[in-house]
Amino acid sequence: MPTLETATIDEALEQYDERRANLIPILQDIQAAYSYLPEDLLRRVSRKLHVPLSDVYQVATFYRCFSLKPRGKHVVQVCLGTACHVRGGPRILERVSTETGTVGLGTSPDMEFVVETVRCLGCCGLAPVMRVDRDVYPSLEQSKVKVVLNRYRGGRKRGGGKEPAHG
Amino acid sequence: MIHLTINGSPVQVDEGSTVLEAARLYGIPIPTLCHADGLTPYGACRLCVVEVGTAPKSRLATSCNTRATEGLVVRTNSARVERARRLLLELYVATSPQSKRIQDLASAHGVRECRYEAKHETCIQCGLCVRMCAEQMIAGAIGFAGRGTTRKVARPFDQTSETCRQCGACLYICPTCELRCQAGTADTALCNGCLNFSPPCFNSYDDAMCFLDPCHACELAGPFRADARTKIRATATAR
Amino acid sequence: MAELLHHITDLEELERVATHGRGSLYPDRVKIVVGTATCGRAAGAEDVLEKVREIVETKKLPYIVAETGCIGWCSQEPLLDIWVPGRPRVTYGRVKPKQVADILAALPEAVPKLALAVMTGDDNPLTGKHADYCNGNGHGSKVDGVPSYAELPLFRRQMRIVMRNCGIVDPASLEEYAARGGYHALWKALWTQKPEDVVREVTASGLRGRGGAGFPTGRKWQAVRDAKGSPKYVICNADEGDPGAYMDRGVLEGDPHSVIEGMIIGGYALGAHHGVIYVRDEYPLAVARVLAAIRQATRADLLGDNILGSGFGFDIEVAKGAGAFVCGEETALIASIEGRVGEPHPRPPYPAEKGLWGKPTCINNVETWATVPVIVSRGSEWFSRIGTEKSKGTKVFSLVGNVANTALIEVPMGITLRQVVDEVGGGVPGGRTVKAVQTGGPSGGCIPAENLDLPVDYESLNAAGSIMGSGGMIVMDDHTCMVDIAKYFLGFLEDESCGKCFSCRVGTQRMKEIVTRIAQGRGTEDDLDLLEDVAWMVQETSLCGLGTSAPNPVLSTLRYFRNEYLAHIRDHKCPAKVCKELITYTIDAVVCNGCGACVPLCSGGAITGTKRMLHTLDQAKCTKCGSCLETCKFDAILVN
Repeated sequence: MPTLETATIDEALEQYDERRANLIPILQDIQAAYSYLPEDLLRRVSRKLHVPLSDVYQVATFYRCFSLKPRGKHVVQVCLGTACHVRGGPRILERVSTETGTVGLGTSPDMEFVVETVRCLGCCGLAPVMRVDRDVYPSLEQSKVKVVLNRYRGGRKRGGGKEPAHG
Repeated sequence: MIHLTINGSPVQVDEGSTVLEAARLYGIPIPTLCHADGLTPYGACRLCVVEVGTAPKSRLATSCNTRATEGLVVRTNSARVERARRLLLELYVATSPQSKRIQDLASAHGVRECRYEAKHETCIQCGLCVRMCAEQMIAGAIGFAGRGTTRKVARPFDQTSETCRQCGACLYICPTCELRCQAGTADTALCNGCLNFSPPCFNSYDDAMCFLDPCHACELAGPFRADARTKIRATATAR
Repeated sequence: MAELLHHITDLEELERVATHGRGSLYPDRVKIVVGTATCGRAAGAEDVLEKVREIVETKKLPYIVAETGCIGWCSQEPLLDIWVPGRPRVTYGRVKPKQVADILAALPEAVPKLALAVMTGDDNPLTGKHADYCNGNGHGSKVDGVPSYAELPLFRRQMRIVMRNCGIVDPASLEEYAARGGYHALWKALWTQKPEDVVREVTASGLRGRGGAGFPTGRKWQAVRDAKGSPKYVICNADEGDPGAYMDRGVLEGDPHSVIEGMIIGGYALGAHHGVIYVRDEYPLAVARVLAAIRQATRADLLGDNILGSGFGFDIEVAKGAGAFVCGEETALIASIEGRVGEPHPRPPYPAEKGLWGKPTCINNVETWATVPVIVSRGSEWFSRIGTEKSKGTKVFSLVGNVANTALIEVPMGITLRQVVDEVGGGVPGGRTVKAVQTGGPSGGCIPAENLDLPVDYESLNAAGSIMGSGGMIVMDDHTCMVDIAKYFLGFLEDESCGKCFSCRVGTQRMKEIVTRIAQGRGTEDDLDLLEDVAWMVQETSLCGLGTSAPNPVLSTLRYFRNEYLAHIRDHKCPAKVCKELITYTIDAVVCNGCGACVPLCSGGAITGTKRMLHTLDQAKCTKCGSCLETCKFDAILVN
């Protein structure tokens, strides 16, 4: 759901001067505000920066942090860095996929979760690791996945809370 | 003028020339797929690689976008280059076996087997259509989208852009769009893999009129060889 | 103390700031420090910090509470350090909020049963000075039953030059950075050396780029100096994308000023007045720390038009990555800063000649920049005495995987891999043995156990079929399947390939197809030849370093672990019992007591049985998720 009014987006864009170099930071701001890149905003950016629309589209689809479709509310990032891989990361991913109903990666049917992989959250000593919004869950086991995900279902928990990591 | 050496021979070209331009000037053939005169070099197909430098520091570099520099030593047909071309073309055939241009190149460079599963992709991402639209037609209606295995040529938001003038230049320049002769069923990826020196079309049909530009295999072993022409005429009259 | 930070225009002002910093770094009261870098936060350090603050406030204790970066023992996070004036610093590990009260209550004494190690003082490689925490007052530089850092194998061999301030200073404090000698090297360069002198020092030091390729830094700097074109730029590559590597993150979160100072010195040496730090988007804390440090340095006139009164001007901006591993490649990084897709350009021309906006640009890694102030301060001669003949200095590694001490370590070049794994790393836990050590991330290779006596330096690692890389060092035990590892890295590269050039895009895809076939038991011996052909093609004809090094994981595992590939092909077995299609899970009829703990977790609903009776596993439904093996407390699940 867009949280910024159209007028405010214009204000936000005003902060940037019309240089091609600002394309990615502008898209990052839009992504952060809207959790995706709406088509009409991308057309607006193309006009403002005098960059061909096909170029803007290319940048928007090249980088992983951008999404052209609205994403699930809670971002679940399963780490598949090498250390997590050797300690069972792929199985955690499968379990998350099953529990959220996504087929592999992407947004769950109920729009509650978007499942992504990330390579290296930098907690390799505590592999395997998963992050939901801003909470990091190290030393995960498959049995704990459902419990962790349920904490976020139905708006019961907002990102940014803190849970003790050791059981 | 820049002085360099190609295949042991001294060569001189204007400053700013690429190695590919230098080779073409002297009639030395280098295969290309994503190159077109009039469009900026792109360096995506890798087929134009040549060996630059002298051992042990020589390396393969794409001739289309490597500048000819003073004293550069270039070899266009070393063992390393030939192996690279063969392996690349084998993969190109596996990617798009339906493309006549690719099959002809494969035949011309000694690709005798295709050990991969054929994918029949209609785009090899050479970028010719994108560059044609942007540089010659000044429209920029299509571009690349995505990354890696999901990368493709696309219209923004899958909608025809307002800048598209329906000129068809993209279609014209596409190397994969030119289809090979079907000759019955093409059940192997590699066109000349059977090494059967009678033209496949005449085996499958009683009568045929071939409209294609002769492909390499046909030139070598097909109806354009004088003795084959005699044989075919004889078979036809016998029926 | 904002007033002190304004206009540090000369050495005297810098000294004044440093003195103030010393007061907060080594205060006359008890200081409680929590390691709140990303590793710490993941383990729960924020809760520990909150608890400390809560107790100190409610009990009105006269203690200072502070934060720091990576203390250096990642597997023991959350880490808490207690600094009592005149006593050794005590580090507590795996701290839970409920233990905080006990630790604080015991002060000024330590709680030996919760303590990990004590430090009696620290060395500062930048100044060459040693700080003695016990002030030689004979209070006792030991705590009974707690080893000192100097005794511990994990730390004994380390030489923290790049990480010199991490875990010691508050990364948000410019004063503490100055107290440790910070910005003094900058003053020395600006006021006592000519730009050419600085380049000469860096060249003579033998420093090689720490980002992976190990190109001689001095040579790169000279090329940028000699290049025609203006303005010139300086870039810090902090797009650390290798999975399992987080050295740059450790430095940026623990000591951001070291990178800033290095870049300003670099700018001076090269005639550049603008720097960019390109940090990956996945490091929000590092981005925040760097931005804060830049703001502080700007307020203090350590960045700006007239740095330290020398007339030299330099400013730094931060550019964030957007989720593309390929943007760690120099030309792709530049494209990203310019607002384009991260597709690499062929080289030559190199960025030193034509980089950002087509101008001469010097790109170096975080560690490289952080080393520059030390070289300027101590001299090239001192630096070149560390390490080996061709690989000078130290290297930071993220030692992770199947090893007891997972940590960010910094060791002199030339130490052997075996010493790193066995001594520093503490060996492989769980009674298992080391099978291989992987270095260099997806561009590197696996060194098998028999070859671990090779020294860690650029040449030796290259000769062994791997590379130094950015510093990821992953220890793999005998439960790792090397075919699976090759498949893993190929999957990563396939995802991250920019897709522009045919060789890399299609080559990595096809290599992954073949290796997957082999892993699933459907491979043939011809597949090994095919794999080698594709690997050769990708290595020889790819456009950029990502492509040319993409075959390394495959080639190195084929070189050293060919038998494992053959076992998958000929015997349809996965010796390490990892590859799903080649293993089966069964229940041990003798051991199973029917507790049923495995049943609810079985993702295929394959395990059935009545309580306290032997359970059965239906192979047809088994998804090989392995959760039964994870859960069973009686070792009743067998894997064949």
